[in-house]
Order: sequence, then C-alpha cells, then structure tokens
Amino acid sequence: MAQPKAKLITLEEGGFALFLVLLAFACIIVAGKTYDQVMAFHTAFGALCAAAGAFIIFKNYFNDGGEPIPQEIDGKPNYNMGPVKFGSVAAMFWGIAGFTVGLIIALQLAFPALNFDLPWTNFGRLRPLHTSAVIFAFGGNVLLATSMYVVQRTSRARMPGEILPWFVILGYNAFIVIAGTGYLLGATQGKEYAEPEWYADLWLTIVWVAYLMLFLGTLWKRKEPHIYVANWFYLAFIVTIAMLHLVNNATIPVSVFGTKSYIAWAGVQDAMVQWWYGHNAVGFFLTAGFLAIMYYFVPKRAERPVYSYRLSIVHFWALIFIYIWAGPHHLHYTALPQWASTLGATFSIILWMPSWGGMINGLMTLSGAWDKLRTDPVLRMMVVSVAFYGMSTFEGPLMSLRAVNSLSHYTDWTIGHVHSGALGWVGYISFGALYCLIPWLWNKKSLYSLKLVNWHFWLSTMGIVLYICAMWVSGIMQGLMWRAYDKMGFLEYSFIETVDAMFPFYVIRALGGALFVIGALIMAYNLWMTVRHGEAAVAERQAGGALAPAE
Amino acid sequence: MTDIHKRDVDALSGVETTGHEWDGLKELNNPLPKWWLYVFYACIVWAIGYWVVYPSWPLLSSYTTGVMGNSQRADALAALEAGKAARAELGTKLIDASLADISSTPALLDFAMANGRAAFGDNCAACHGSGGTGAAGYPNLQDDGWIWGGTLDDIHTTLKYGIRSGHSDARIADMPAYGRDGLLEKDQITQVANFVASKTGLETEAGVDLAAGETIYQENCAACHGEDLKGLREMGGPNLMGANYLYGKSLAAIKAQINNPRMGVMPAWEGRLDPATIKSLAVYVHSFGGGE
Repeated sequence: MAQPKAKLITLEEGGFALFLVLLAFACIIVAGKTYDQVMAFHTAFGALCAAAGAFIIFKNYFNDGGEPIPQEIDGKPNYNMGPVKFGSVAAMFWGIAGFTVGLIIALQLAFPALNFDLPWTNFGRLRPLHTSAVIFAFGGNVLLATSMYVVQRTSRARMPGEILPWFVILGYNAFIVIAGTGYLLGATQGKEYAEPEWYADLWLTIVWVAYLMLFLGTLWKRKEPHIYVANWFYLAFIVTIAMLHLVNNATIPVSVFGTKSYIAWAGVQDAMVQWWYGHNAVGFFLTAGFLAIMYYFVPKRAERPVYSYRLSIVHFWALIFIYIWAGPHHLHYTALPQWASTLGATFSIILWMPSWGGMINGLMTLSGAWDKLRTDPVLRMMVVSVAFYGMSTFEGPLMSLRAVNSLSHYTDWTIGHVHSGALGWVGYISFGALYCLIPWLWNKKSLYSLKLVNWHFWLSTMGIVLYICAMWVSGIMQGLMWRAYDKMGFLEYSFIETVDAMFPFYVIRALGGALFVIGALIMAYNLWMTVRHGEAAVAERQAGGALAPAE
Repeated sequence: MTDIHKRDVDALSGVETTGHEWDGLKELNNPLPKWWLYVFYACIVWAIGYWVVYPSWPLLSSYTTGVMGNSQRADALAALEAGKAARAELGTKLIDASLADISSTPALLDFAMANGRAAFGDNCAACHGSGGTGAAGYPNLQDDGWIWGGTLDDIHTTLKYGIRSGHSDARIADMPAYGRDGLLEKDQITQVANFVASKTGLETEAGVDLAAGETIYQENCAACHGEDLKGLREMGGPNLMGANYLYGKSLAAIKAQINNPRMGVMPAWEGRLDPATIKSLAVYVHSFGGGE
C-alpha cells in the first residue's frame, strides 16, 4: 500500500458526497412526514442508498494513498471496466427476472387462477413489471454497459471521473428497484412504458444527465480523430431518451410527501405525447441503442469491416429524423385527428428503408465471413438478431397503415410484432454482446462452452418462433372475429367468445416464453462458468477487448 | 492526420476503406445500395401522394383536407347509418309484433334471435353467463324460476327498466334487514330460518320451535313470499320452495339473507340499447327454455 499522505478531497468526491448526504437527509425528512406507505418505503430505500454511497466515497478517500488513478498505463489507455462489469451482471440478472415475469403473465392469460387473487401478483401490476424489467432493466443495463465499453475502446480514452461512472450505473439500477417495487405496491402513473411516479422520474433525470455528461466527456477525451458510428447511435439514444422522458413525465405531484401525481397534458394531447414517447422509446431505446451495439459487436466478432460508411451516415440521419414522427400510428381510429394519424402512417412507411439500412449494414458486414456462422453460435445469434430486426421493421410500417391497423389494433398481432422485435432483435443482439463482453471483461480466452451457446440459440429460436406464430394466428383470428358480421348485420361473436378462442394460442405462447427463459438460464450458467473457470487470456489482452492491433 | 488520407483497401472484398480505424474496426467505402435508395425514394413519393389525397398536414388553425375530401369520421358515421338502415325494416316490425307473430314469422324470428344473441353476448353474459345459466347472485335464465315473471312481456319489462336500477319504472323489491335493523331478535331469525328450511327440504337445527317460526313467517314474510312460500311475482318476492336461491340454498345463507339481505341490481337497458334490440333480447332470453 502506498504511503498515506494528506490529500485534498477532489471536487468530484466532495460534490457527490455533499449531494448524496443532502439527498439522504431529504429522503429521511420525506420518510418521516409522508402519509403514503409506498413513499415511506421508497424514501427509506433512497436514504439508505444515498448514505451508503456517501460512506463509500469517504471510505475510499481515506483508504487510497492519494494517487489519482492513471489515465494511461505504458502508453495504453487504462480503461475503466468496473461499471461495465457491474452493468453486464445486472443485465443478466434483470433479464432472467424480466423474462420470468413475462412467462408468469403469459400463463396468467391462459390460466387466470395464477393471478392468485392478490393485488401484488395480478396481471395489471405484473405486466408493467415485465415490460420495464426487460426494456429498462435488462435492455438499459446492456446499453449502459456496452456504451461505456464501446465509447472507451473506440475513443481510446478512460471514462472521465471515478465516481461518475459508478453513480450512473448504480443510480440507474436504484431507479429500476424503485420503479419495479412501486409497480408491485401499486404506485404508477398509468402511462405505458412510463409508469414510474414523479420522484422516480426525477431521480432518473439526474442519473440520465450524469450519463450524458459521462458519454460526452469520454468523447471529449478521445484520442481518435473521428467518432465511430456506434457512438453516434449511442449519443442519439441518450439525448432523445432525455427529451422524451422529460416531456412525457411532465407531472405535478399532489404533495412531495406522496407518490401520486397528475400529468400536465390533457385528453388527446396526453395520448399523443404518450405515444410520441412510446414509439420513440422503441425507436431510440430499442432501435438506435441496439444498432449501436450491432455496429460494434458484429464487425468485431466477424472480424470484418463495416459494409458501408455512407450507408451508415445516411440511414443514421434518416432514422433519427423520421422516427420521431411515427408515434401517431399508435392512435389510429381514436380521438386523434385524422391528419395526425395520416402523418404518423406515412412517416412510418418512409421509415422502412432507413431502418433496413441498419440491417443491410449488419448483414453485409458478414460478406467474406459467412462461413463463421457455421462455427460461431454467438455470431449466428447476432445475425439472426439483425434478421429479426429487418422483419419487425418491415412489419411495423405495414401495421401502421390504417387499413391494416383496423384489423391488427388491440389484438395479439401487436404483441407478436413487439416480441419479434424484443425477443429476436433486442434480446439476441444483447445476448451476442454479452457473450462477447464477458470473456473480454474478465480476461478469458473464450466462453466456457460454445455448445451451451448453441443450445441457448436453438431453444430460444424455437421459443421465439412459437411465440410470434401463436400471436400472429391469435391476433389475426381475434381481429377477424371482432369484425365478423352475420348476414343480417349483427356481430357474429361476443367478446368472450373471442377470448375463449385464443386459449390454445396463449398456451403455445407461454410454451415459447418458457423455452426463451430456459435459454437465458443456460446463458447465465455459461457466463458464470466463463468467469469462474474460464482459461485466462494472454496478458496483452488487458482489461477488456479482443487483441487490439498495435496503435 | 496523414493516415486519414492513406489509401487502404480491404483485401477480401477489394473495396477501399475510409482509412479510419477504431479499436481494430474499419469501414468500407461501399456506395449506397441502389435498390435501397430507390425504394427509399419511392416511399417518399408514395407518402407525398398520400398527403395530397388525405388530410395530413396541420395549418395554423386547420389542416390540409386532401383532394378527395375524405373524413374517416364521416365514413364511420355513414357506416353506422347504413347498418341502422339495413336493420330498420325488420326492427320496426319487431317492436310491434306479439310473441305469437314473432314465432310464426320466420324472418322476424331469425332477426330477433340474431340480434338477441349478439346483444346478449356483449351486454348480459358478463352476469348471466354466455349460456344464460347465471351464477351466484345472478339469476339463471334457462329454467322457470322467474322472480318477476317469464312471459315475453315480463322479460321485456325487466330488460327495459331493470331491477333496482334507479329508473322510475324499475322493478323494486326491498327486503327489510330484519337482523341489522333490529326488526327481529336473533332467536326469532333462527326460528323463521329453520321454518323456511324445513319447508324447502333443508336440514333444520335441533330444538328450534318451528311453529313459532311459522308465525313469524306469516307475520313478516308472507306478504311478499306468499303464505305458501311460493313467492309473489307482483311483489318481486322469490319462490322459497324452488331450487333457485340466488345467494345460496342453505340454512346459513337463509339466516344471512334475513339478517342483512343482499339485493342485486339489473341495469335499465332503455336508452342504452335500441327498442328493437331490447325486444330481440326478450325473445332470445324467452327462447332459452324457461319462457312462459
């Protein structure tokens, strides 16, 4: 240990410590005065986390020898991979939790007795728990971890700050815990994919701004003359999510001592803001963010250059300018004016090719390396992911047309569409990235078992196919039954008959979901064994990354 | 910065890269795929055409209406009107027809049954079950145990005005809460409940004075449920001799009902469903098998 010597606390340490101490006090005051048990629980949790954070900052200050962590070691960047490791493990943990809750609610739809007649386990509370767990907890941690990894590696610079990266990753996961437990206890804004109440939103805003600063700071410190394409996508994702989050969560709390708040928007404007948010959460969280992952991990794993730089530029700008218009297609045939609905539909059609630009660039990057699909199940997973991306970004514009939407809307077809994107695209590209990342981060030569990756791949592919086919059939059947009239002009089926007819498809869907969960469990085991028992990589590999060419 | 302009060709594809490299990653300088670009343009052209035809762009205080003057709101209203018009002829006839007329006119009967079946599934099945078999607290419509009568007119009236629905013509029967409001002592409730149980074939408690129970029944209950316990339809007093007990046929359930009765509500459908549909529902429910 280095000689302890007097050292002034850094501005970063002092600032974060002060902020966390103030936050802990604020939480304790609210916890003491609140009339709302959920608020009491959440502020107690917040006070504990903030106090623990301040304690760790001071503990590190007194423990370390006063030497600042070097930015470079032997002329090579000293990458900060601790938060990346945390994010990767958290992603795997939340992924399995989120997939399992999804399986439970799928079974509840087939067998309603599984609601257990308890408020905490009924479908209405578990459904947002599932969507938030898979999108924000699993997907969010994958995005945070990979973005921190990719931006450091492609900028050849260590992330700025020592506390900031940990604040971002731990703060984000604290948000997840507050959001998830809030749903189970009944605290919700009732806005789809934006369910967390005002105080959780406020906390996420702070974390997200810190994330933006961390990302921009790393780009600012970069040693490369240009910014790699993956980082454009990550930046678009971070900036746009910040904007969407702020506008869609403009709420006024009833009291600072309670969880309940009311949204500033009213009526159809609220609906429009909600789906502007909802659709762009798909566009910028689940598409732009994961395209960034694709742009780093696919060429890395295939060891091939990206197919077309020009395509990446054109489809990037087209994608981010056009996606933002497409939200109204979620509100066809509602109180939304027809002109808004037309605009939403037409921009969704224009969006088709910009979306496919990413697919083309992903798939064509493999030209010259297609043979690797035979031997490398991780690369195969990522390629299938890109194929699912192409399929769902074709299906999406199709469903955005009013004529198609009049059949598909409110049916299981939408659920099937979402899951071909979620399980196929987002799930598989994330699995691929984690399969790459874990050995790199823990300096392992390779994964514990490629055979297990193969099992994961085939089980979950069968799961996805069962899932989406069941939902297509069930959704189209449902839509057709709803609109069926007899020859005298009366409805052919009552609503309950359409529900009854969906039962077998619900069972098939749950079976598909079960296969997907089993695949994820195999993956977790494989990654665990890689970290615990994998063969160490050669020394030069350093913290994180395939063998970097000489710089 | 010299390496940026360095010519670097990918050996495998023979395509030049952009000359940059990030963490071992390069980018080829392939042009945009032609088909991709043309489909992209075609989608834009299609969208512009669509904007010309349909309402699309917002203006300061209105919006572009499109050259066809299309309005999905007007389309939907027209479709509703067309549906109504198609059903108007038989619907009007149905409203004035008697049960005998309906039964003997196949066109009317088919119309009423189709209309009734569709309306029943979405309005009645939630409580009465999709087959009309009822559930605890909700009457079975398939048997002859009618509280308010099972003729076509009786059913029609019940449908139209409802039961305890708040409608001024609603059917109302208000059973007093004998226990809760202190109208009968606990012992008396035990006696009268045992009396009813004894008459309707249930086991009674040992040592209860059934004769006292009968006296209490005749003084308090007979006015609505009838001296013979068979119910009085004009009072809405259910038959106590039958098999159908809405809130359970057991001594405990009878005691609970006397103590603090549960009384269900059926909505008034007048104003919510059109007259032809209400009549159709009456015909449909009447056809379940219990109709009188």
